[in-house]
Amino acid sequence: MKQHTSIFFWLLLAPFALWLILLVIIPHIDMLGIALREQTAPREYAFSFKNFIEFFTEPLYWRTFMRTAVMSILATALTLLIAFPVSYYIAKMLRGRSKSFLFLLCLIPFWVSELVRTYGWMILLRETGVISNALQWAGLVSGPVELLYNDAAIMVGLVYTSMLFMVVPLVTVLESLDDDIIEASYDLGGNMWTTMRQIVIPHAMPGIVSGCIIVFMMTLGNYLTPNLLGGKDSLWFTEQIYTQFITRFNWELGSAFGILLLLLSSLIVWLGLKLSRQTLTSTMT
Amino acid sequence: MTQNVTAKNSNNSTIIDLETRNVNKHYGDFTAVDDVSLKIEKGSFFSILGPSGCGKTTLLRMIAGFDEPDSGDILIQGSSVLGVPANKRPANMVFQHLALFPMMSVADNVAYGLKQRKVASAEINKRVKNALESVDLGDSGKKKISQLSGGQKQRIAIARCLVLEPKLLLLDEPLGALDLKLREHMKVELKQMQSRVGTTFIYITHDQSEALVMSNKVAVMNNGAFEQVGTPSDLYYHPETSFVAGFVGDANKWQAKVTQVDNVSCTTQVANGPALRGKINGTAPIAVGEKVDVFVRPEAIKIVQSGQTADQNENSLQCTVVDLLFNGANSTALLVDVASGKELHVALPQTGEFIGLQKGEALTISWSQDQTHCFSSKFLHPRADT
Amino acid sequence: MKSLKLKKILLTLPLISATLFAGTSTYAEELRLLTWGGYAPDEVIKLFKEETGIDVKVTKSNNEDMISKLRATGGSGFDLAQPSQDRVTGAQENHDIYKPMDLSKINGGLFITSMLDATKANTTFKDNVYSVPHIWGTSGLVVNTKTAGMVKDYTDLCSKDLMGKVSYRLKRPTLIGFAFAMGLDPFAAYADKEKYTELMSKVEAKLVECKPVVKTYWTGGDALLNLLRSGEVTAAMAWDTGGWKLNKENKDITFVAPKSGALGWIDTFTLPRKGKNDEAAYKWINFVMKPEIAAKITAVAGNFTASKGADEFADDVLKAQFQDSFPQAALDNVKWYPPVPAGLEEIEGKVLDRVKAAK
Repeated sequence: MKQHTSIFFWLLLAPFALWLILLVIIPHIDMLGIALREQTAPREYAFSFKNFIEFFTEPLYWRTFMRTAVMSILATALTLLIAFPVSYYIAKMLRGRSKSFLFLLCLIPFWVSELVRTYGWMILLRETGVISNALQWAGLVSGPVELLYNDAAIMVGLVYTSMLFMVVPLVTVLESLDDDIIEASYDLGGNMWTTMRQIVIPHAMPGIVSGCIIVFMMTLGNYLTPNLLGGKDSLWFTEQIYTQFITRFNWELGSAFGILLLLLSSLIVWLGLKLSRQTLTSTMT
Repeated sequence: MTQNVTAKNSNNSTIIDLETRNVNKHYGDFTAVDDVSLKIEKGSFFSILGPSGCGKTTLLRMIAGFDEPDSGDILIQGSSVLGVPANKRPANMVFQHLALFPMMSVADNVAYGLKQRKVASAEINKRVKNALESVDLGDSGKKKISQLSGGQKQRIAIARCLVLEPKLLLLDEPLGALDLKLREHMKVELKQMQSRVGTTFIYITHDQSEALVMSNKVAVMNNGAFEQVGTPSDLYYHPETSFVAGFVGDANKWQAKVTQVDNVSCTTQVANGPALRGKINGTAPIAVGEKVDVFVRPEAIKIVQSGQTADQNENSLQCTVVDLLFNGANSTALLVDVASGKELHVALPQTGEFIGLQKGEALTISWSQDQTHCFSSKFLHPRADT
Repeated sequence: MKSLKLKKILLTLPLISATLFAGTSTYAEELRLLTWGGYAPDEVIKLFKEETGIDVKVTKSNNEDMISKLRATGGSGFDLAQPSQDRVTGAQENHDIYKPMDLSKINGGLFITSMLDATKANTTFKDNVYSVPHIWGTSGLVVNTKTAGMVKDYTDLCSKDLMGKVSYRLKRPTLIGFAFAMGLDPFAAYADKEKYTELMSKVEAKLVECKPVVKTYWTGGDALLNLLRSGEVTAAMAWDTGGWKLNKENKDITFVAPKSGALGWIDTFTLPRKGKNDEAAYKWINFVMKPEIAAKITAVAGNFTASKGADEFADDVLKAQFQDSFPQAALDNVKWYPPVPAGLEEIEGKVLDRVKAAK
């Protein structure tokens, strides 16, 4: 009996373990190996910390790194701020058909690829785009306005791309909150603000944290949106990694950046969990 | 029917904690609460009894402030609370599923209402401690809600409200989720707690035994309206409508046609069955030829000893025993009327004299005309103020 | 992190597909071609199949991508690649991804002799020739002559009059072009890293100074054409073909050879080190260099080939546009890219990074 269960256990685990080892662990070990070497002559490499030292001594890389982290955190916070009322409305105010309709509405943008969605924003925001033309038509501005190619455009794109991934865990967690409990809070003298702060948000915390982790990771690793909407100043760390790998043929520095990004995201997620007093397991269930 | 309530009010010796005046509530075409008026004295344990969907929860939610009536007025200690939100009303509610806050400790649950009122923290600690001790949970303050048993959760839900010293405590079938034994225990505990703290309790339930055991006064509600308001024994012995007679306590019921009326009693004929004589109940007058419901309680029926004959002034029937339902003090016999084939429940007194009763045995039963209640089948709205 | 993993997968994918195709290639003969968009039109592939029975499987790419792909697989997965001639020896020295070409298998008579000789000289590494030429073209300025007629050279893209109406790439051609326009000679400094670094820092200063004028640094050719078409951009640094394409739609927009000289590039045929079907590769080269076939490719790609006599078959509009953009003096002034020595890309990369980060 014991023998059987263990065989089944390993059989069930096998695809996942294979996936983990082949596509996650081995590439990362390989990447670490590449990150820890430098080219001494054509086709010759030696062990070195040069790539990591370069990251810390070149302010450009360090700045891009911090900028990416700060923008990602900001995008996550904005997404949460917008998604929370939407989720609350879907989960608590609506019933039946209108509920699934609104939920579907959140889903629709994800039926097309990220590239198409981003081009959609470009069509809206560009100088000869929809918004610029509408503003001119309404007489609010005298000439064309360029809304594209700045940090605000990046932010809009990132928040838009992330919405669903915040709304889904929030709606799930808010639906699990009994209406009775919210009414009990009012009944005992609570107002909207205290009910939100002391009842709804603590209850929704696992959903908030898991939504934030997903959105943060997605934003940090996003490449298309900052690149296409950001224009000439759009520094983004994944773009830097891409450039090192593909256009500079500098796999060594690219790998070092990859490792650092992995460490940064792990650190920020860890900090987030500590601050919100959640554990990774509690947010995943 | 509500004369009892209003009569006491008239001598000015009692305070009315809650009054509703012609309260109505509609959801689309559906009338949830239909012109309900009531007055509840301070310090009483008042139950609203009715089947599910009768509108009792809607009424309670309007009193709590979660819903507003379409018309009518609700007054707490003489002042209207219409437009006053739930969090400003001096009434607190114990929810059906208790609705304790799982994200807080037991003590924080009890302290929640006080914190909303910005009571000083030293004062909060003192009152929370007293409240927990008063429900025998003095050392459970630091526990999580999930660590409490069903009965303990129940007590915390009540303590959480009582610590606020509300004028009204509203209880929405809070015993429904408990198992039978605990429910029986909590009935007694709730009744004792109410008489100890003296707060007015308004308790809604579909379980007549809860209502009868705990309450000073019970309102029986059906289709959004009150059928009868009275003490538990009033309802049981002097039901005023057919619905109350059928809903409160057990009863055998016939549908019959009136053949003769004299003053307070009448003679009726059951189709293909016996002729029964009984008292005319309810406010509606009864005329010959009218359809009536005839009720008799299982414990009012006597089994005539073999060899004796039934009293001529009493109703009597020839029956055979279908089954014996032993349930200790509540044992009954299931009989079938030989003439009409109707099934009847008869209480078996535990004096031992019917211990030898057998299935299939033929016997005669009888009961007095005074214990036979006749109601007009036409439903008449019993206005509380008429 | 996520996209990095993705990148890792992308880099290993050709490896996997290479092993898969290695198995299938024995059944149906196939030529796996790593090339640029437009260099292998469907019509030509069909004609080739009719003549030789060989299927051509095209993967579209660009210079950097070709090197990255071949580097990831050690030079396998493809039978023929088309890097620019200046990017062959450096990549070969660093990554060992190509194999020498057997010139006896090439029909040299099909090529314009001077171009063949130049490419052979430029792609010789350790006495082996690695490439023969295929398509050539230039990059310079695409200008709306009505609104930005004063743009005659790369540095004119810095003019304050064009604020927010300018676009160019943040890639090495921009650095080289600006260097020439500033009166410097980057090609002469190729051999001396120190001198090159110094020269590039001057270019960096100029590009940072120009940054406020730039609307956006373009990354895809189609996106740039859209910007020019809508009038959001009136002057840009781009390939000649893009300018001519727009010229067909709007007479005001055309390609202008800069005063300091257009930058000339030649895309080659080069054999990946672990290619499986060299014979098919040679057959393809000899096939597409036939004048009538080369003309078909010119019609699609918009650029001229190194095929001798193909001009006769070329489209008259294109020829007229070419002559318009390139009077004899401008043609003589074209700066052809010499081979990039290994290591220069790193210097340029840092300059580009700093320009991007500058405020």
